[in-house]
Amino acid sequence: MASYEVFVTYKRGIFDPPGATAERALANLGYDEVESVKIGKYIRVVVQDRADGLSRVREMCDKLLANPVIEDFRIVEVGEGRG
Amino acid sequence: MRFGVVVFPGSNCEQDVITACRYLGLEAEYVWHADTDLSGVDAVVLPGGFSYGDYIRTGAVARFSPVMGEVVRFAERGGPVLGICNGFQILTEAHLLPGAMLRNRGLKFICSDVALRVERSVCQWVGTPAGSVVHIPINHNEGNYTADGETLARIEANGQVVLRYCEPDGTRAPAGSAPNGALDDIAGVCNERGNVFGLMPHPERMVDPEASGTDGQAFFTTIVERLAAV
Repeated sequence: MASYEVFVTYKRGIFDPPGATAERALANLGYDEVESVKIGKYIRVVVQDRADGLSRVREMCDKLLANPVIEDFRIVEVGEGRG
Repeated sequence: MRFGVVVFPGSNCEQDVITACRYLGLEAEYVWHADTDLSGVDAVVLPGGFSYGDYIRTGAVARFSPVMGEVVRFAERGGPVLGICNGFQILTEAHLLPGAMLRNRGLKFICSDVALRVERSVCQWVGTPAGSVVHIPINHNEGNYTADGETLARIEANGQVVLRYCEPDGTRAPAGSAPNGALDDIAGVCNERGNVFGLMPHPERMVDPEASGTDGQAFFTTIVERLAAV
């Protein structure tokens, strides 16, 4: 088995309403150092071992897990047995 | 002339669309999302609701329902397709319409009547003169339309922006008239050919004057008149 962590975030320039809200809330709490907050999604995909595992997960992201019109994604392989 | 109203798991406005069509004397029937036969249908409507619980993104899963392959082919042949609210979200996910939806700017689910300005467009579903203001309710959490600058310029130049949120007198507020933060106040767009149309407002709820009003009627009758004239 192999596990992959997928992080989906908005592309640069796309307004992130939940992130902007968290940003304002942190400023209200006095965290003046906060420059920006972005909120995205965390997805964990556990798959059976196969040589093209990573490229298949990339394909899953392109097709379903992320919307290429507004989102970028980053895949991190976290290795066997941590599913 | 028969409307096919697609029912996805989690759709909840299909009955309203059928009722609106029948009120207007138009034939309409349900099409189950697992069906792949649109042969008896002259126009397809993807209704509002929360298909597949809005999981992953609104419309992201419904886009892969078995019927959608057939809806894409129907649209490519020039068949008229209308997406209302969640139906609009599904059409953007299926890349039948440009752009994408974000959460409403204020993070609130918005349910209210809005004023909309009809723009000059190539949309086959709309015959109302450009500049007219219509009042139709919206009812959504993800109607904050967005597109990159290049796409916005292209759809604007092609006449693909069909409806914009506006003030009751038809003007647009300097800070934007879209209650959901939609880019350029966009409430509805169509494809280049004008046969595929998506809008966030619910015209099916403005058909019966006894219940609400009549501003939504033309969104169903115009396409019927145009198809009959061909």
